Amino acid sequence: MTTRTEPSSARTAERRSWLREHSELGVCVLLLVLGVLVLTDALTMDVDIAQRGPVGPKTVPVVVGTGLLVIAALLAVDVLRGGRGQAEGGEDVDLSEPADWRTVLLLAGIFLGTSVLIEPLGFPAAGALLFWGAAFALGSRRLDRDPLIAAALSLVTYVVFDKLLGVPLPGGPLMGVL
Amino acid sequence: MNALNSLLDGFGTALTPLNLLWAALGVLLGTAIGVLPGIGPAMAVALLLPVTYGLDPVAAFIMFAGIYYGAMFGGSTTSILLNTPGESAAVVAAMEGNPMARSGRGAQALAAAAIGHFAGGMVGTVLLVALAPTVADLAVDIGAPDYFAIMVLAFIAVTSVLGSSRIRGLASLLIGLTIGLVGLDQMTGQQRLTFGSLQLADGVDVVIVAVGLFAIGEALWVAAHLRRRPAEPIPVGRPWLGRGDVRRTWKSWLRGPFIGFPFGAIPAGGAEIPTFLSYVTEKRLSKHKDEWGKGAIEGVAGPESAASASAAGTLVSMLTLGLPTTAVAAVMLAAFQQYGIQPGPLLFEREPELVWGLIASLFVGMVLLLALNLPLAPVWAKLLRIPRPYLYAGIMFFAAVGAYAVGGEVVDLVTLLIIGLVGFGMRRYGLPILPAVIGVILGPNAEQQLRRALQISDGSVTGLVNTPFAVTVYAVIVLLLAWPLVRRVGRRGPART
Repeated sequence: MTTRTEPSSARTAERRSWLREHSELGVCVLLLVLGVLVLTDALTMDVDIAQRGPVGPKTVPVVVGTGLLVIAALLAVDVLRGGRGQAEGGEDVDLSEPADWRTVLLLAGIFLGTSVLIEPLGFPAAGALLFWGAAFALGSRRLDRDPLIAAALSLVTYVVFDKLLGVPLPGGPLMGVL
Repeated sequence: MNALNSLLDGFGTALTPLNLLWAALGVLLGTAIGVLPGIGPAMAVALLLPVTYGLDPVAAFIMFAGIYYGAMFGGSTTSILLNTPGESAAVVAAMEGNPMARSGRGAQALAAAAIGHFAGGMVGTVLLVALAPTVADLAVDIGAPDYFAIMVLAFIAVTSVLGSSRIRGLASLLIGLTIGLVGLDQMTGQQRLTFGSLQLADGVDVVIVAVGLFAIGEALWVAAHLRRRPAEPIPVGRPWLGRGDVRRTWKSWLRGPFIGFPFGAIPAGGAEIPTFLSYVTEKRLSKHKDEWGKGAIEGVAGPESAASASAAGTLVSMLTLGLPTTAVAAVMLAAFQQYGIQPGPLLFEREPELVWGLIASLFVGMVLLLALNLPLAPVWAKLLRIPRPYLYAGIMFFAAVGAYAVGGEVVDLVTLLIIGLVGFGMRRYGLPILPAVIGVILGPNAEQQLRRALQISDGSVTGLVNTPFAVTVYAVIVLLLAWPLVRRVGRRGPART
């Protein structure tokens, strides 16, 4: 954090760092929203004749929704008292550096793009784009090698799944030509 | 000896050339995927699910048996050679295994782990054969209230035994239960949380949840924190053991299963606790106490054997009660559901060919694992050098294949991404993944049993506790819940004096 001289900006910086410290409260908000959503859905359900037995389709959603609200509150209390969720470690995870949001957003975007393209382009082409794009987002810049690996992987996967294992994948116009 | 006859029939199924091929393929794929850094057994099984979609159930589960054990063995290879285990059960393997590898005894560490897996798996599967039919027989008579009690036990066990924070475990469970609610109510056909969407009316497929949370969530999480320079694996030759090593380890191999199996069979959360217990036991019994922490071979052999046996124990509750106690078992249960098969006490009566074929192929898989992995270990070690962009791009690629293969729908891919983002957030804020998956898988089932039990009792809550079995299970739940309180009081007492 950079130090600033003006008191007002110091206060915003302070508030921002407090929010960053307590970003886990965002999880509480999401749980709260989810709970409200589940409860609204359950309570606006009109069950009249459909119900067989004393416990209808409403009961469990009401319990789950209430549970979500309670847990959201408990988690908020825990966070405000200094409790922190332990971020998950792993073989390739380096927690000492701040999160690289650009890569995450890029990956999510590429994945979304693939799901749009899979039907018009077919799996081999869309899959290759997904692999290449994801590898690029993750920092691989071998323009001579990456597209080839992506194309080979995608084509082999298509043939193995569609032809050998009997799991249908769309071939798209490319496979129509070949 | 009814079980023995059924097992022989099972071998008849498992040893046909084609099924043998599926088993071998499963072991190879499972090990190869499990060795890859960042991929634990649960993700390996989830990613390999689509491979079996086109197969008939018997062949698919034979392959699964291979994948399961292969992935577990692969995971311990990673932690011995890289010392940064991603999977909790493999943490213990790294404690002694990695120092061994660093001091040039990697080959021995891998051999001790491989034979430990073999021994533990063998003893564990023998215990499975002995126990499972009996448990299934006992469980045939249990009714809706008993099932509901068992599922509540599973929910409580995964949220409070595992992980460091119960609140976060419960939050994860509730997220899973919410996802499980989406779709048509099984008993009345009432739409729940569908918001008028036809696609959501079918519910969210369990496979998509598992792949999203385990694979996409993990890939995104690693992408946000990718190590600039990946850890260097220690090069290793062909695993072998000298006579002195064997003399030190054979008892550890045999002790491991008896610690691992019981923990696997009860819903107390997999291999984490037994591997640690085995480590402590071996350390206490060792004649070479000075070597501990610097690479004591017993510290690899015992825990690995315990982990493998606990995997077999997991299958007891999974096959006989339909109760998954680990992430891998949860994914396997999802696979059963994919084929419209409901594991439970009736499974042994209704699908004897499938169950006994699966159990027999566990034995076959173990032999294949030992035969393939000892000579192939140097090849597996090379996999650790895979460039990380390719590795995580590959995970996203195969996750997309898996989700698309479920129903051939683009919506599934979008759902997968959303669940993957949820998985990312859960990893960031320390919400454990397993309770969510268990919630999605068992939630709808638990609701059905609850409602059935209350229908029988005409709405009276006593209908949930009217059998001795259910009462016993609830007593266990109370004990589990009270345990931390008891421990806290116990800790405070001596501190004051």
